[in-house]
Amino acid sequence: MKIDKESIMQSTTGTDLETQIAFRNFNFYYGKYKALRNINLDIYKRRVTAFIGPSGCGKSTLLRTINRMYELYPDQHSEGELLLDGVDILGKGTDLNALRARIGMVFQKPTPFPMSIYDNIAFGVKLHERLSRVDMDDRVEWSLRKAALWNEVADKLNQSGMSLSGGQQQRLCIARGIAVKPQVLLLDEPTSALDPISTMRIEELVSELKDEFTIVIVTHNMQQAARVSDFTAYMYLGELVEVGRTDDVFIKPTDKRTEDYITGRFG
Amino acid sequence: MAWVFRKLMEGFAIVDNSTTSSSRTNWGDKVFFNLTRFFALLTLLLLVGIIASLIDGAWPSIKLFGARFLWTGEWNPPMERFGAVIPIYGTLATSLVALVIAVPVSFGIALFLTEMSPPWLRRPLGIAIELLAGIPSIVYGMWGLLVFSPIFAKYVQPFLAATLGKLPLVGSLFEGPPLGIGILCAGVVLAVMTIPFIASVMRDVFEVTPAMLKESAYALGCTTWEVVWNVVLPYTKIGVVGGIMLGLGRALGETMAVTFLIGNMNFFNGFSLFSPGNSIASALANEFAEAESPIYTASLIELGLILFLITMIVLSLSKLLLMRLSAQEGKGT
Ligand SMILES: Nc1ncnc2c1ncn2[C@@H]1O[C@H](COP(=O)(O)OP(=O)(O)O)[C@@H](O)[C@H]1O
Ligand SMILES: [Mg+2]
Repeated sequence: MKIDKESIMQSTTGTDLETQIAFRNFNFYYGKYKALRNINLDIYKRRVTAFIGPSGCGKSTLLRTINRMYELYPDQHSEGELLLDGVDILGKGTDLNALRARIGMVFQKPTPFPMSIYDNIAFGVKLHERLSRVDMDDRVEWSLRKAALWNEVADKLNQSGMSLSGGQQQRLCIARGIAVKPQVLLLDEPTSALDPISTMRIEELVSELKDEFTIVIVTHNMQQAARVSDFTAYMYLGELVEVGRTDDVFIKPTDKRTEDYITGRFG
Repeated sequence: MAWVFRKLMEGFAIVDNSTTSSSRTNWGDKVFFNLTRFFALLTLLLLVGIIASLIDGAWPSIKLFGARFLWTGEWNPPMERFGAVIPIYGTLATSLVALVIAVPVSFGIALFLTEMSPPWLRRPLGIAIELLAGIPSIVYGMWGLLVFSPIFAKYVQPFLAATLGKLPLVGSLFEGPPLGIGILCAGVVLAVMTIPFIASVMRDVFEVTPAMLKESAYALGCTTWEVVWNVVLPYTKIGVVGGIMLGLGRALGETMAVTFLIGNMNFFNGFSLFSPGNSIASALANEFAEAESPIYTASLIELGLILFLITMIVLSLSKLLLMRLSAQEGKGT
């Protein structure tokens, strides 16, 4: 990793950067296969960080460690440190359900639950909080508004979440994620199954949401990374090759491999 | 089959470019269409035929006893007086007992196999459950009679009488002498027989739930139980209800094992599950050969007709249940 943290700090205009998530000497294994090698990476609070790189380089793998989704699969394990607000979350003592309440996640394809639009959102909230009916209504509206979906579904909250269009479903999934009021939002190629207009809306949404959430977005689309992210991490074959401010990484990448990838793609 | 299909596809392709060979296309199309339609109609015809012949065979009994047949508790071959209450009750009660036990147990098994079991245990357990489904029912019957029912009479029934038997309403279902064999015993063995079916269907449908959907629920902070109960089960409800119906179908029609265990008693003495009784399938199996008078035979056939109707009603109710469930989930799916 050829990035000088000091320079990032200084070049930030306005507010200071605060590390929310930090990987330290982090390795990850699928069984015996080492999918991530020695990752050292800081993800900053209320910024958008994009993971880019060719397919199969480990972007999703890295993202899925942040909420320890890999715990569902017994043959996968990690090594090293992963700090959330300075606390290592890889330890056995971590309460996974509480951890995941702090970290929302949206997947490549929309995954609405087989229930009404309202319940899709209320479901996650009910897991962690006891709200009165009125408060729950407010929360549902709040999160749907945040996800720029309220106007389209306000009059059909009782309809099945599956009845929405793909782009709406994906925004429903984002609303569902933020309804729990997490600190971090993980997006794994959230627009890869969507049409250009829906993609644009999700990108706008990401830019709005970063005022409140730390966002990590995986994308195979570099224009998207350039448009929405503040920081970009370029990965290659399970390694973190370069990370820095998005403008720097795109305009003057320090690593040859990054440069090849970026110029090749834009070229 | 593949050949026919290829020909058909060729036919479609040709029709796109030219009109000359449209007659050939139409010919292939027609044959295929009529063939499939024939098979579809054949099932329907068979169904109608079976119902018609059942009604025809049962006609003397229907004419003589009328609707009384359904609520008369007497089954008296020498006097030629017949009523279906005992076998209907026996059939429904044993099947219900079986379901009450088998559904939660199967759900637990499927849940364990798909979500919690360590991978090395999955295959052996899955195979064991499928093997259970392969055991002939007469083996279950003999095992139930010789091994299970003595244990049941000695330990389980006294325990049930002392606990559930003391409750206000349900208490009357658990009273009477602990004989071992009887409706409850038959129901429990039926449960063991239906569990493999229900559990393996549930496991199969749980397995097809997209990993991403489950992960989305885990990502919100759900426990395994919450994921299965709130996401997997609603997502797979059609398959789950189908599996339960498969089990219920087996329980309703099961003959050999029930014959061994239900006691084959044709006197009605209360609704207690401890008492011996009879089921439709078991009555048919035991008595058909010795039914000499026409009215006896007709009454037995009417029992068969009733079993048929019960199965149809159960199936329709399950369809209704599914419709209700999807209405709850939200309209416009
Ligand atoms: N469940 C899995 N089991 C084994 N290997 C996996 C699994 N998922 C991903 N991999 C491997 O890990 C590497 C990184 O995959 P992934 O993180 O999905 O890449 P990306 O998201 O960047 O396309 C790939 O080589 C892939 O083949
Ligand atoms: Mg990926």
